[in-house]
Amino acid sequence: MSARRRLSLGERLVIAAPYLWIGAFFLAPMALIAKISVSQSVLARPPYRPIFELSDSLADIWAKAQTFTLDSYRALVSDTLYLESYLSSLTIAAVSTLITLVIAYPFALAMARAPERLRPILIGLAAAPFWTSFLIRVYAWIALLKDEGLINNALMALGLITAPLQMFATTGAVVVGIVYSYLPFMLLPLYAALERQDPSLREAAGDLGASPAQAFLRVTLPLSREGVIAGALLVFIPAVGEFVIPDLLGGSETLMIGRTLWNDFFSNHDWPAASAAAIVLVAVLMIPLLLWERARLADEDDAG
Amino acid sequence: MSAVVSWARRATLFVGFVFLYAPIVILAVMSFNASRLVSVWGGFSTKWYAALLENEQLLHSAKVSLAAALTSATISTLLGLLAAISLTRFGRFRTRFLFFGAVHAPLVLPEVVLGLALLTCFVAFGVGRGFITLVIGHVTLTMCFTTVAILAALRDRDPALEEAAMDLGATPLGAFVRVALPQIAPAIVTAYLLAFTLSLDDLVIASFATGPGATTLPMRIYSQVRLGVSPQINAISTLLLALVAVALGLAALVSFRRARRDGQVVTSLARAPDNAS
Repeated sequence: MSARRRLSLGERLVIAAPYLWIGAFFLAPMALIAKISVSQSVLARPPYRPIFELSDSLADIWAKAQTFTLDSYRALVSDTLYLESYLSSLTIAAVSTLITLVIAYPFALAMARAPERLRPILIGLAAAPFWTSFLIRVYAWIALLKDEGLINNALMALGLITAPLQMFATTGAVVVGIVYSYLPFMLLPLYAALERQDPSLREAAGDLGASPAQAFLRVTLPLSREGVIAGALLVFIPAVGEFVIPDLLGGSETLMIGRTLWNDFFSNHDWPAASAAAIVLVAVLMIPLLLWERARLADEDDAG
Repeated sequence: MSAVVSWARRATLFVGFVFLYAPIVILAVMSFNASRLVSVWGGFSTKWYAALLENEQLLHSAKVSLAAALTSATISTLLGLLAAISLTRFGRFRTRFLFFGAVHAPLVLPEVVLGLALLTCFVAFGVGRGFITLVIGHVTLTMCFTTVAILAALRDRDPALEEAAMDLGATPLGAFVRVALPQIAPAIVTAYLLAFTLSLDDLVIASFATGPGATTLPMRIYSQVRLGVSPQINAISTLLLALVAVALGLAALVSFRRARRDGQVVTSLARAPDNAS
């Protein structure tokens, strides 16, 4: 097959619909916010200065290009709200991912080593919450975490605490919400990686004198690396841009970039600032993906 | 295997599933609580469900959500099928890299960013927001999922069958419709259900893309939830959870019966004893 080929008429007809859709409703909007992010903020509706119009001549375009400004990006760096939102999003997402991994690993291992006939049922039960409403699962935690909620009531009834613990509307509650909501995303790739492992490898390690702990650390864990990385990315990436969980479970001091963006867009109407922040967020998320892709390619080179 | 390890595994499974399911079960139980308070059990009651039926706003937004989910899942599955065909059949065509990247990008894009970009675009081109823009938003959100689901099935199947059909005189289109399509039918169903559930559940894209008169159910639930826990929201949540539970149960039953027909269950049961030891 040639390196680059032209599509036949029939093939073009097939690809046209998805291509046009993505072009009109994904690429064009993304290009538009990239453009707005370098526009000047004005008090109008839409609240930015339009840059190009179809009737523009080349000279007009050049003249307007002179008005491009990096003010919005400069503001991102100097405005501590955005900087803190990014850093706090990354920290909260990283901590949550780590906790999810620590909870999910033994869980997935127990499923992968369960009797074979039970495994489809177990994995079905683990995946089922994924099909239920995300919003409702986050909402369920409000009733548990509130000051007059079930956990505080239970602890007080047992006499372990005398005053309710402040759990709701804290950053800790956001971490709990992320861990709970994204647990199935971590479980499934871990289970897939662990279930595929040949049990005779562990037996061989045992025959050669390794304790179960050593066999786990030196055989099982390294062999499940791909599942760990896939699961971690599936939790970390959506968690960074999460809006619903910090908004419902977090307090006013819980800064996350998705929430800051939302507020800037709807409440402050600063579209250039929100657009610039969105573009930076996309760039930030692309970095772990590119690193992963590079690691995967390097692995393939090793294997080949 | 030592008994201690096996008990540790059972305990892990127990604790894990309790963590996954307890909040949902508690929510369902609370929806039958006659008392408004979370911490007080005021006796069994279905009055919150009765109140739902009189809540016109909630019923209307449930209809909007359902209509948007049906429409957007249909469009999204069709577009996903066409995109998956393009990515598996057309070789290394020009702009394949751009197409591949653009199809997959929404998978990792925060919903807030996609919603913001769509709303900006609608405003810039003077498009009035309502049901149609809501559907556009949901198709754009779910298309990457349908494409990936169908793409995996198209890659996994054996191309020889289709080639055989063409050797026997079928046109490429005829061979695709008669041979490949039935082979990937389960993946198409999964893709549709995935798009349907994602659309039904979405809050963020809907908040950006929809307009007055087309408020979705998650948007209503969200605006109620911000004010605190409400028994009516417990009731509607329980209904939605029950709906999903029934659907998943049916799906499990169908696949179990199909597997039994194919004899898979018999062989896996026959193999189980040496594995359980």
